[in-house]
Amino acid sequence: MKKKNQILDHIILISGVLFLLLPVWIAFASSTHRPEVILGQGLQFWFGDYFWETYSAVLFDGTGFTGKVNALLMLGNSMILGLGFSIGKILISTIAAYAIVYFRFPAGGVIFWIIFSSLLLPLEVRIIPSYEVVAQMGLLNSYTGLILPLIASATATFFFRQFYKSVPEELLESARIDGAGPYRFFVDILMPLSTTMIAAIFIIMFVVGWNQYLWPILMTTDEGYYTIVMGIKNILNELEGNNLPEYNKALALAVLALLPPVLVVVLLQRWFVKGLVETEK
Amino acid sequence: MKRQQFQHPYLPYLLVAPQLAIILVFFVWPAAQAVYQSFRLEDPLMGIGEFVWFDNYASVFDDRQYVVSFVFTIVFSTLVAVSSMTIALLLAVKADGILHGESAYKVLLTWVYAVAPAVAGIVGTFLFTRNLGPLYNLLVSTGWTFNPQVNVFDASFTVILVSVWKQVSVNFIYFLAGLQSIPVAVREAAKIDCKSEFRRFWTITLPLLAPTGFFVLVINVTYAFFDTFGVIDTMTRGAPAGGTSTLVYKVYQDGFLGLDLGGSSAQSVILMILVLVLTAVQFRFLERKIQY
Repeated sequence: MKKKNQILDHIILISGVLFLLLPVWIAFASSTHRPEVILGQGLQFWFGDYFWETYSAVLFDGTGFTGKVNALLMLGNSMILGLGFSIGKILISTIAAYAIVYFRFPAGGVIFWIIFSSLLLPLEVRIIPSYEVVAQMGLLNSYTGLILPLIASATATFFFRQFYKSVPEELLESARIDGAGPYRFFVDILMPLSTTMIAAIFIIMFVVGWNQYLWPILMTTDEGYYTIVMGIKNILNELEGNNLPEYNKALALAVLALLPPVLVVVLLQRWFVKGLVETEK
Repeated sequence: MKRQQFQHPYLPYLLVAPQLAIILVFFVWPAAQAVYQSFRLEDPLMGIGEFVWFDNYASVFDDRQYVVSFVFTIVFSTLVAVSSMTIALLLAVKADGILHGESAYKVLLTWVYAVAPAVAGIVGTFLFTRNLGPLYNLLVSTGWTFNPQVNVFDASFTVILVSVWKQVSVNFIYFLAGLQSIPVAVREAAKIDCKSEFRRFWTITLPLLAPTGFFVLVINVTYAFFDTFGVIDTMTRGAPAGGTSTLVYKVYQDGFLGLDLGGSSAQSVILMILVLVLTAVQFRFLERKIQY
């Protein structure tokens, strides 16, 4: 009786796995076929003989209006966005949260509320005025303009605040008795304690940064700044305009766009899950 | 806050300065601009504008398309949240009780978290492509005259399915963590008291999971409102006839593509109020109903 139940459980779990895996499997398998095959017989469930041709063309050959955009360039831009976003956010938020939790200062309360009000409204609802601010500052088509406005949300600051608050009081007391000032305490005690937390938040923020779509669309008119997640759609339009739509290339781009963040999450599974679950509290 | 704190004349200000500067420039100022512009009628080409009080709001509510979008957003969010939470909860309960292969299942059920909604939308578009996509062929073989370009129901079906697919992993992670945080003693006691697995789930596991469930619900509503932009833009662009345009997508369409700054800003402000109300409900009303 017990055994039978477990078999049913496995069937349910495997169905779940297939439900999640099949779309990406089909995309990858189809991307290794010639465009004629896809057009003639539809998307494919098994691999073809065109893997190298498709992927080398997508990665290295230029397309777009300028003929200079390829997946390699877009992957590079996405990497800059993902890393710039996650590192920038961690740098800014660790010190801001430190000030909020460990210092008593007159304007502290007001500053706390201004910072945390940004948790309430996502970028999407103030997208047009944000665009105008960035345009007025002359930051369109720049990495600064791409990254900075995305950092303007206190999510990471909030996580670090929660974490610092859970650090035992006695640590600061004993550090003070030993003569440690604010700088010493932060660098020698608080930072070493936060390494796992920082790693976990870094993974999550990297994925969030890499996957940005709407903001890069608005910010970049220069193809040199295209990220892979938003660049696919433009290239898709172009591919569809051809006499022979090269769907294999479009699917290869989709696979390339999802591969890096998926690898990060799979390889650093434990930290990533810890980051998601711990930050909830 | 800590009982023990540092005191310093300027160091704390220095530490919050970068965060505060970015928030003021890229959050507070644009949000204030949105409110200001929602009361103005601007001609972006001529560069002139005037103050029109609540005219923009009035025309937003007079716009039949806005009502369509409002209704779609509610239906869409409800279906996406309920479906992806149900699937994820079922998988989490099964993964929690499984004896063999738990860690493999965990990896295979969580990786979709890292897929961008826009990329999910592109892959989804291909799966639903006429004659080429396996899902299209599957649906047509059941006798469904599937035509998402014309039929709002069919188009909604495609964006909902892809949005659910994308969200199952996140929900799974939280539900599994919630289940595993139920103390072993409670589980053992429940097993002794109640033989039926199904009844045990309804009377013990589910109530204990309520705080997690509530948190996940909030995440899902936020996701359906905002993060599904990428899915909709890559799959339907709100078509046919605005039938799959969420409120956020309409802000973008009217403001950026339609250049109606006042109307779009008014929609932004309405969205802000909606989000604030949701947050208030989250803190006040629902949390009280859940037993901890």
